This record gives sequence, structure tokens and C-alpha cells, in this order.
Amino acid sequence: MLHQIKQVFRSPKFIVGFIIFMIILLMAIFYPLISSVGPMQSISKAPFTAPGTYVNIEDAVRDTGGQLTLELPIVENRIEDALTADEKQKMITWLEDNGGVAAGELSADDIETLINTWNSTYDPTLVVQGMLTSAREEYKRIDIRVKSVLSVTGVTIAEQGEDGLEVTGTIDYKRFINVNDVANTFTFPLGADNFGRDVLTELTSAILTSLRVGLIAGLIATAIGLALGLLAGYVGGLVDNLITFITNLFTVIPSFVLLILISNSISSSARGVEVVAMVIGFTAWPWTCRSVRSQVISLRNRDHVNLSKLSGHSMPKIILRDILPYVASYVVMALILQISSGILAEAQLSMLGLGPSTTEVATLGLMMNWSQKFSAWQVGAWWAFLPVILSIAFISFSLNLMNTGLDQVFNPQLRDS
Amino acid sequence: MKGYVKYYGQKVAWYVLTLIIAVALNFFLPRMMPGDPVRAIVNEATTGMTNASAIQQIEQQYYERFGLDKSLPEQFLTYVGNLFKGDLGTSFTQYPRPVTDVIGESVIWTLALQIPAILVGWFIGNILGAVAAYLRKGFDKAVMPLFMFLSNMPAFGMAIIMVWVFAVTLKIAPLSGGYGYDLLPSFTPEFIVSLISHYALPFFSIILITIGGQAIGMRSMSIYELNADYVKYSRFLGIKDRKIIGYVFRNAMLPQVTGLALSLGTMIGGNIVAETIFSYPGIGTTLLAGITGGDYPLISGSTLIITLMVLVANLVIEILYGVIDPRVKAAQQDS
Repeated sequence: MLHQIKQVFRSPKFIVGFIIFMIILLMAIFYPLISSVGPMQSISKAPFTAPGTYVNIEDAVRDTGGQLTLELPIVENRIEDALTADEKQKMITWLEDNGGVAAGELSADDIETLINTWNSTYDPTLVVQGMLTSAREEYKRIDIRVKSVLSVTGVTIAEQGEDGLEVTGTIDYKRFINVNDVANTFTFPLGADNFGRDVLTELTSAILTSLRVGLIAGLIATAIGLALGLLAGYVGGLVDNLITFITNLFTVIPSFVLLILISNSISSSARGVEVVAMVIGFTAWPWTCRSVRSQVISLRNRDHVNLSKLSGHSMPKIILRDILPYVASYVVMALILQISSGILAEAQLSMLGLGPSTTEVATLGLMMNWSQKFSAWQVGAWWAFLPVILSIAFISFSLNLMNTGLDQVFNPQLRDS
Repeated sequence: MKGYVKYYGQKVAWYVLTLIIAVALNFFLPRMMPGDPVRAIVNEATTGMTNASAIQQIEQQYYERFGLDKSLPEQFLTYVGNLFKGDLGTSFTQYPRPVTDVIGESVIWTLALQIPAILVGWFIGNILGAVAAYLRKGFDKAVMPLFMFLSNMPAFGMAIIMVWVFAVTLKIAPLSGGYGYDLLPSFTPEFIVSLISHYALPFFSIILITIGGQAIGMRSMSIYELNADYVKYSRFLGIKDRKIIGYVFRNAMLPQVTGLALSLGTMIGGNIVAETIFSYPGIGTTLLAGITGGDYPLISGSTLIITLMVLVANLVIEILYGVIDPRVKAAQQDS
């Protein structure tokens, strides 16, 4: 046994798969523990808050200690923000027509020269012949906006006092606060979903739930498949014919269809995470059964099995001691594949609205279903769906890599070399 | 020739039997659930409805359709009888359209999307897998992990990423639907252009997924065959490499055909979920609409048609298999 485990860890594919899987698993276990919020707790008040660190606005305004004065290219940024491209073009036109500036000398890209020329040349009292009053007024408004952006007085803060508003201070554009000094900040490493939940915390707890779904489904499917496969392969005859018939039937009738039919028949109040996992398990066993059966048939007439039969061992004993150990490695691989397809099946069911009907726990499929319902990709909220898709893909990628690695260790014929 | 008739006769008979059992499952599964599912279905279908006469009509429909006063086998016979008449009941969400009508309209879209996509994906995947197995080294090392990752991507995930990248961010493809919402199906050039532009995203997303899975399978099969004794022996005899590779790939191809038959159900199921992402007017979107609206006849009709599609596809593959597998051929000629 120990030797086999050592062998397995010599396969590079298995190691890569194992490492990816362990990273995902450890993150899923530990991140919810260190996260300051619950996975299903609604934090952001707006749907689909983008990733980033958020500062409480009130705190930011009130904080007066520890302010920094920074000389940064802030003016340009603020002007860019305050003036539209159209307005900049209008300023250039005015300067070229009335300010004596040569055509082509100014451009909307060189905002500094434009503003400087504007401040030195623009005269609000100048009445240009033929210019509409509305146009003249618009230039005045642009001028006021430019001046207000450039003013250093900043924003005046007033608070509600006894006699109406009382001025408590001013903030100018050069003052900054260290984010660490603000009491109320919250970081969404992967943004927030439509319910305002922190996606990373929700995702990690969803991964754990989905892995549990996969494990329950995989264990059930493998147990049924193994039991029926052993029975059919070893006993043969009528039992074999019957089981083979059923197995062939369910490999042709898509399990996806059975899943939909059964899930749809279970009332939504009873459709919890475990129930869905069990339904997936009960529909996924046929191919495991099929492969176990063919393995057992090839073992059935080996010498050691015949010897056991001659020694008068009972059938359960022969199956347990002389056949099961030989198919054990195969069963482990089948279990791994069943887990990965169980996770996928849950996700697909949930996408169709037939997944676990609960709002207390998140699964990967439910997270996808929610982001579909709230049109996450139409509004471009990639953080709400991309991490979930990648989690599903990486979990099943790592499980399949581990499976391929195991396959190469236990089936020397398949070894690439 | 006689052997072939017997072979195919058996296959067809087996599939007909499977179909009968599938129909039975479609009928009995919802009834085996604890509680009164029909009652629950009626309740679910009528929640939110305020029109008393509509509720009554739906109730009546259910009781008539399921014939609840009769015994289960009798009900089943009625159900099968209705099936033969092409009667799958009346849709609730699209009342008073019959389910056959709704499904008949959507099944064409699904077929037109999935058959070409799966076939093209299968061919490209097999060629790439074979090339990877033959070249090994650089190409193999660079491309295989990518294919492996692709094949593990859920079909709906690939669909969402496609929509997000090409329709939402780059705005070079339409967001959803089978054709422009301002157009009516017709044979005008405008409509055909719109049809093709809506077809591209679902088509390529299915192809990408299929390529990944098939390439990996073909690669390991080809490697296995390339190491087989007959290859070494042929090389020893001095047969040209090209000729050997022809044999190798033909042999590696056979398990791939079986593999396609085995994975077809899963594949079609996954693609049907992916369809809903594009709101492609196929079976998947119809099924989703049925589930969301609690439209039971529509759901059961959709699942039946999906089963039928998978069964027919499997049968076609098995028939093809009889033609291309020399072992089957030999067995038929012997008898």
C-alpha cells in the first residue's frame, strides 16, 4: 500500500493535479475562517460592486487628523473629469475665432496649454458679433467650471447645527487621507455579487459545499456501481444479463434527462444540497458498474480465484478477498471521476433552476444561476461569474489530472514513454 | 448481407426497447416521488395565477391528461396512446399552444447547432490528437495541457466566457437569440446574415469544448497503438511510415467512435445547458422556460425529445461502427 502511494507521487501529472486540488481545497477551508464577513452576508448595498477597497464616505470627510498634502497631477485629472471632449473642442474653437490663436496650435490632448491660454485670453464680457446668446452663456458656464476646478478653496463642509448649517471645515483637492487611518474600510478582493455578498468568501464556501456534493454523489454512484459490477461480473448468468441490460439502458438514456425529471418531481421545499447530491449519485452509477463488471470478468477465472473456490470459500469472501483488491485502484479512479462529474452535474442542474433550492448555502452552480438571473455578464460584472467558472474548471482539471496520473501508474501499458 | 440485416435488426430492436423504457421512465419517475406530484405540479403551475377559470382549466387538463381516477397502467396506456397521436399535452406558459408545436419549433435549432458543431469538433479534435501523438515533443507539450483544461471547462462556462468576451466587451457578436429580434424568419439576405452571426458564438463554444476532450482521447489511443507490436513488426518489414500511420490512426479511431457514442448523452446535455446562455431558441431554452414557468407538459416533452435525439444519434453511430470496424464486418460475413 505504502509502496503504491509512493509510486503515485512519482507521477508528475498526479502531483500537478494534487497540488492544484490542495490549493483550492485549503483556500476553501481556511479563507472563510479568516474572512471578516459571513459567506452569505450582504455587505454592499448596490449589486455587482467591482473589486477594490471601499472607504466609508462619512469617515473620509470627517477625518481631519493625519491629512497629507500631495502634489500630484490632480488638476489635469479633475479637468479631464469636469470637461467633455465636446466642451474642450468648443473652447478651442472660441480661442481660434476670437482669441487670436492660430488654428491647429491647440489640441484637446494638451490640456495644460489649453487651460492656460483659456485663462489668459477668455473674456466673458466680450460680445462677439453674430454669436447667439445661448452660445455665449454656454461659454460663460464652461469658464465657471474651469475656474471652480482650478480653485484651491475646495469643498466646504457644513454640519447640521442648532441654527441650521454650521461650517466645520474645508477640503481642498490636494488633501489626502491614508486609507489605513480610515476606520471603516472594506476590501472586496473579487467584488460583490448581485446580493452584495463578498464574492471571494462566498466562492470559497461554495467550493466546499460543491465538493461535498461531489463527494456524496461520487460515493453513492461508486458504491452502487461497484456492488452491481462485482455481482454481475462474478455471478454471471441471469443476474449478469439483467444488470448488463439495465446498465446499457442507462448509458444510452442520458443521466442528464433522468436528473431533470427526478429533480423536477421533488418539491422545491425538500430539495436541499444533500438531496440533490443523492439524486446525482443515484443516476451516475451505470458507467462505473460497466467498467467494474468487465474488470471482474477478466479476473473471474484467474488461478487464485479458482483456488479459493476449490477451498470452499463463500462467495462474499472470494469477492472481498480475491477480487476487490484487484479492482481497488480502478475504483479509486472511478470515484475521482464521479466526484468531478458530480460537481459539474450540480452546476448544470442549478443553471436550469433545478439545483438545491436554498438561499442559506451557496454552491458553485447556485452562484452561476444567480449571476445568470441578474445578468452579470450582460453588465460586464466579470467578478461574479469568471471566478466561479474557473473554480469549476480547475477542480475538474485537477481531479482529471490526478486520475490520469493514477491510470499511468496502475496501467503500465498506458505509460507514455 | 444477411448477417448485416440481422446485426442491424438487433440493434434497432434494442433501441426501440430502450425508447419504450425511456418513455415509461418519463411517465413513472415523477409518479414514484413521495406525495402527490400531480397535485404539487398543479399547485406550482397555478401559483401566481389569479384567473380562476384558467386555474380550473389547468387543473382539468392535468386530471384529464393523467387520468387520475384510473389505475397507473391504464394511465400509462393513455399516455402512450397520446404519444402515438403526437399529443404531448398543452403548454401552460404558452397556452393554448400544444407542446409538440413548441418543441417542433425549437428542436430544429438544436439539431442545426449541435450536429455540425459536435461533428466538426470531433474531427478537428481527432486530427489534433493524432498529430500530437505522432509529433510528441514541443507541439504535444504545449497544446495538450491546454486541451485538457478546455475539456474540463463546463460547456456553459465556455459559453458565458464567449458571450462576455465577444458580445459584451468587444461587441463583435450579438448577445443572445437565434436571429435579430427585429427580424422575422425568411429567406432574405438580411435574415441569413443575422442567422449566421448569431450562430457563430454557440457553434465555436461547442467546438472548442469538443476538440479538447476528443484530442486527449485520440492522443492516448494513438500513443497506445504506436507502441503496439504490429507497428514494430511493420517497421521491421520496411513498410513505409505513412502507410503504418494510416493503419495506426484507423485503429485508434475505432475506440474514439465508441467513446463518442458513450459520451454523447453527457455532451448533448451540457450543450443544452449552454444553449440557455445564448438564449438560443433551441430545446435548452425551451426546457429552461418550462422549468421556470412550472410548465410540466413542456418539461416532460423536452426531456423526451432530448432522449430521442441521444438514442437516434447512438443508433447512427452504432450503424456506422458496423461499417467501419473490420471485426464486426468479419463477424457478419462468417454467419
